[in-house]
Amino acid sequence: MAKGDREFGVLGKPLRRVDAVGKVTGETRFADDLAMPGMLHMKLVRSPLPHAKIRGIDARKALAVDGVRAVLTGEMFPIPFGILPVSQDEHALCPDKVRFVGDPVAAVVATEELIAEEAARLVEVDYEPLATIGSPEEALAHAEPRIQDHGDAGNIHKMVALDFGDVPAAIAGADLVVEDCFFYQGNTHLALEQHATLAYLGTDGRLTIASSTQTPHYLHRAAAKVLGWPASRIRIIAPPQGGGFGGKTDPFNHEIVAAKAVLITGRPVKIALTREEVFYCHRGRHPVLMRMRTGVTKEGRIVGHSVETLLDGGAYGSYGVASTFYTGALETVTYKIDRYQFRGCRTFTNKPPCGPKRGHGTPQPRFGFEVQIDKFCDRLGLDPAQWRIDQAVPADSLTANWLKVRTIGLVPCVEAVVEASGWKSRFRKLPRGRGLGIAASSYLCGAGLPIYWNEMPHSGVQLLLDRSGGVTAFCGASEVGQGSDNVLAVCVAEVLGIDILDVKVVTGDTSLGPVDLGSYSSRVTLMMGNAAVEAAQRARDRLAEAVGKRLDLAIERVGFAGGRVFDVGDPDRGMAFADAVQLAETAGGTVGTVGSYTPPRAPGKFKGAGVGPSPSYSYSAAVVEVAVDEATGVVDVVKIWVAHDIGRALNPVLVRGQVEGSVYMGLGEALMEEQAFRRLPPRLSRALVHQTPSMLEYKSLASRDMPEIESILIENPEPNGPFGAKEVGQGPLLPIPPAVANAVYDAVRVRVDEVPITPDKVLAALRAASKRVGPDAFPAVPWPEPLIVPPPWEGGDGNAINEPRRRDKSAGGPQRGAAPEGRDRRAEGRDRPEEAAKP
Amino acid sequence: MDGPVVPVSHVRAAGQRDRLRLALTVNGEDRDLVVASYKTLLEVLREDLALTGTKHGCELGECGACAVLLDGELVLSCLVAAVECEGRSVTSVEGLREGPRLHALQTAFADHGAAQCGYCTPGMLLAAKSLLDRNADPSRDQIAEALSGQICRCTGYLQIFEAVEAAGCALRGERPPAPQLPRVRGDHGEG
Repeated sequence: MAKGDREFGVLGKPLRRVDAVGKVTGETRFADDLAMPGMLHMKLVRSPLPHAKIRGIDARKALAVDGVRAVLTGEMFPIPFGILPVSQDEHALCPDKVRFVGDPVAAVVATEELIAEEAARLVEVDYEPLATIGSPEEALAHAEPRIQDHGDAGNIHKMVALDFGDVPAAIAGADLVVEDCFFYQGNTHLALEQHATLAYLGTDGRLTIASSTQTPHYLHRAAAKVLGWPASRIRIIAPPQGGGFGGKTDPFNHEIVAAKAVLITGRPVKIALTREEVFYCHRGRHPVLMRMRTGVTKEGRIVGHSVETLLDGGAYGSYGVASTFYTGALETVTYKIDRYQFRGCRTFTNKPPCGPKRGHGTPQPRFGFEVQIDKFCDRLGLDPAQWRIDQAVPADSLTANWLKVRTIGLVPCVEAVVEASGWKSRFRKLPRGRGLGIAASSYLCGAGLPIYWNEMPHSGVQLLLDRSGGVTAFCGASEVGQGSDNVLAVCVAEVLGIDILDVKVVTGDTSLGPVDLGSYSSRVTLMMGNAAVEAAQRARDRLAEAVGKRLDLAIERVGFAGGRVFDVGDPDRGMAFADAVQLAETAGGTVGTVGSYTPPRAPGKFKGAGVGPSPSYSYSAAVVEVAVDEATGVVDVVKIWVAHDIGRALNPVLVRGQVEGSVYMGLGEALMEEQAFRRLPPRLSRALVHQTPSMLEYKSLASRDMPEIESILIENPEPNGPFGAKEVGQGPLLPIPPAVANAVYDAVRVRVDEVPITPDKVLAALRAASKRVGPDAFPAVPWPEPLIVPPPWEGGDGNAINEPRRRDKSAGGPQRGAAPEGRDRRAEGRDRPEEAAKP
Repeated sequence: MDGPVVPVSHVRAAGQRDRLRLALTVNGEDRDLVVASYKTLLEVLREDLALTGTKHGCELGECGACAVLLDGELVLSCLVAAVECEGRSVTSVEGLREGPRLHALQTAFADHGAAQCGYCTPGMLLAAKSLLDRNADPSRDQIAEALSGQICRCTGYLQIFEAVEAAGCALRGERPPAPQLPRVRGDHGEG
C-alpha cells in the first residue's frame, strides 16, 4: 500500500492486542502449562563442580527406585551442538567433562517429578576435579587447563582486531585525547517463566518438542543433528513465552534430552527448570571490561576512536563470537567518527555461558562511550546534548566500519528529551545532590545475516483466506510477550482492510508455518512484518482482480477498508470482504498466498563485516534525573525522559510498553542487577557459584522502585520497514545505564565507571581522591594482526587491504574483484561471524 | 560425589506416599479431591485441577506469579500447603471472569498494555483485586505498594498501575480513562 493514499484502518491505533484476552484470563498456555496423559517427568543431574573430568557414572541406585523409567547419560549424545556453526561445543549431557557448576551430566525420567528429583540425587558421578578459570584475567594468564578445545588460543575463545583507518595517527593529531576503562557487570534475563519442555511422539509420527524457545527454527536444526532423527519428522512448537529477553534463544540441553527420553521410553516427557537452574543456564549479558581511547578536536569532532573489550564468556561458545563483534560493531552508527579501531576478546571461564540479552553486546560499549563523551564534553566546555545533535551521523551514509545508515532519528530524539526535561535550564545548574544525565544510542532492526549460512529468506508468512472472510496467517515467529502475533495481525489486516480479530495467527510451530528465524536481534517486526505485507498484497491483488472484473474496474481502483472491497471512486459500490474472497475463489481456486523477506546486502566485504549490518537502525535518547544521597550513596532515579525513533508505531500502546520495559530493564542493569559469582573455599572444590541464584537476592526493580517515565516517539518512516516501522524491543534499554552514570556525575561530581552503580560504589567514589570508581587497567591481550579496512572516505571498497584472499571454491577461483557479489559472499563467507572465528 | 546422598530406603514410590482428602471451594465450585499430602495449593490447582492459569516463577515465594485469594486474602499459593486449604475458598484467575464478561481488571489490563508476556498477569490481577476489594479508590503509591510483591519483567509497571486505576474507575461506576499514549513527534507530517 502506498504511503499516505488513505487513512490507516488498524495501523497506529491503540487496539487491544490479539492475544490479550488469553493473557488476562489465564487461558494462554505456556510450555509448562502443557500436560499429556501418560507423561513422564525428567530431572537433570547437574555438576556441583566447576571443572572436572567425569570418571564414571553409576545410576544403579537411581534405576532401582520405584517409578524411575530411564536414566540418560552423555554417551547417548555423541554429536555436539551449539547455536553458532563455529562453536558446536555443547553436548546434551556431558560425555567426559563438566565445565561449570550446573553443567548437566545425567537425566532421570520417572512417573512423578518428585521421584525423578529424588532419584537424581542417587546418581553417583565420579569426578576428577580440574583447576578452574574464574575470570578473563585468569583465562589470559592460564592457557591450561583448556576449558574448550576450540577457540583462538588456550582459554581465549575469540579475538577480533579491526582497523578502519590509522587511529593512532589520528589521535596523535587530536586537540584532546581521553582514555578510560569501564566495566559492565554481567546480568541475566530473569524472565518470569522458567524454561519448560514437553516432548512427545505425535500421532502423526513426528517427534514433537513443545518448548519455551525464542528460536524454534534453530532448535529444530539442533535437535535433528543431535538426535539423528529426520528433520522432516521433527516438529518444534514454541508456545507463547513468559518473557525471553534473549534467555531462550540457544538450543538447550533439557530440550534435546527430553526428546531423546521420548525415543527411549515411548512416553511423553516433561521437564520444567527450577529458578536456580535458570540462573545457571544463563546465556545472559557478558561481563565486559573496556578501554576506550578517543581523540577529539576542540569543536568535539571525533577524529579517532579506539575500543578494546574483554568479555567473560563462561564455559561455552553460545552466541559468543557474535557477542564479541557486537561489543564493537554498533559504536559507529550514532556519531561521526573519522577513524575507528576495535579489539575484542572473549575468554572461556568455568561459569555458566553468557550469550545474548536485550541489546546483545552493545549496552556495554554504549555505556563506556556515552560516559566518555560526557567526560570530554565537560573538559571541552561543550553541552553534551548539543554535542550529540552536532555530531549525529547523517542519513543515508556509510560509517567508518562500512555500516549503511538509512533513516536516522537521533537528532529529533535528543531534541525531544532535551526539551521535555528542561535540560537547557537545569543541566549543571541543579543543587548538589540532584543531577541530570543524557545519553543516546542505536540498535539493529534485525541482523543482516542468519546464524547459519544460507541465502534463503529470514522470514516467511503464508496466508489462507477462507470463504467466511476470515484470514489465517501462518508464520514461524515466536511470541515471547513482545507482541509479535499482534504485529502479524496488524500488517495483514491493514493491507486487506479488515479488523485484526478477523486475522487468526498461527505462529511458533515448525510444522505449521514458514520459517522465521526467531525472536532475537529485534528482527521480527521488520522482517516478519515485511513478509506479511508481501503476502497480504498478493492476496489483495487476487481479490482486486476478481472484484475489478465483477465491477468493471481497473485493479488500481479497487479499495480495501472497513471489511469491504469497493470502488475507490464510489465507495458505496462494492461488497463485503467475504464476498470478495468468494469471488476470487470462484475465479481462481483456493485463495492462499505467501510472502517472504530477505535483508539487503551489506556494503562491508571484510572478514567480520557480517556482524553489524541491519536493514535499519533505531535510535534512542534519554535524560535521567537522579537524587543522590551523599550519606548513604543511594541513587534515587526521579524521572526519565526517553525518546525512541520508531519509524512508525504500529500500535502506540504496545510500543510504549516496549519502551518502558526497556527503560525498566536498563535501569535495573544500571543500579542493581548482577549475575556475579564467588568461589567456594578449597574444601568445597573452589567451585564458582552464583552469588544470588534466587529472585529475592538477585535484585531487580520492583513496582515501588519505578520512576516516572515520559516516553516520546519519533516517527520518521523507514523505507525498509513495514509501513515504515522500526524495532522497539531493545533499543530504548541502551541509553539508560550511561545516562544514569552521567546524572550521578552532575549530581555529586563523581564518576562511577562501572555498572551496577550501587550505593557502596557511589560512597567509595565520594571518598576517593580521584572522585572515581572503576577499573584502572586493561590486561595485555595477544591481539592478532589487525585487518586493515580503509573507511569509505579514505578510498576503501569495503575490503581489507591486508586480508589474504581466498579462492572461490565453487567457480574454480575467479578473483574477488571479478566475482558477482552474491556468489562471492557465498563462496567465501567472508562476513559470516562463524567463518571469521575459524582457526 | 558432592552433595547429600539420600539412602534408597528413604525414597518411596508415588503409590506409597501419603494421600490427603481435600474438600475446598475453587472459584465458587465445591471440589472434593484426593491429593498427595506434600503438595502445595499451587500444585493442586495446576496439576490436580488443571487450572494452569496460576503461574509459578520460583516456587519459593519470591516472584508473586502464583498469587491467589484464599478466603479473600492474597496468598502465594506456592507457600500454602494444600492441607491448610480444607474447607476454604480459593479464587484464581479463572474465577475472575463473570460469565462471558471480563472482570473490569481484566478489561483494563488488556486495553492498557498491562499484560505483555502475560506470565505475571494472573498473580498481578489477584493482587490488584485484593487491593480494590479493600480500597475502591487507591492512590498510585497504594497501588505500587500493593503490587510490590509481584515481579513483572516486561512492562516497567507503569501501564499496570494505569490499568488498576482504570479498573478502579470502572468498578466505582466512573468512566475509565483511555489508555495513555506516548507523545508522537514526526517529521513526515502525520505524527
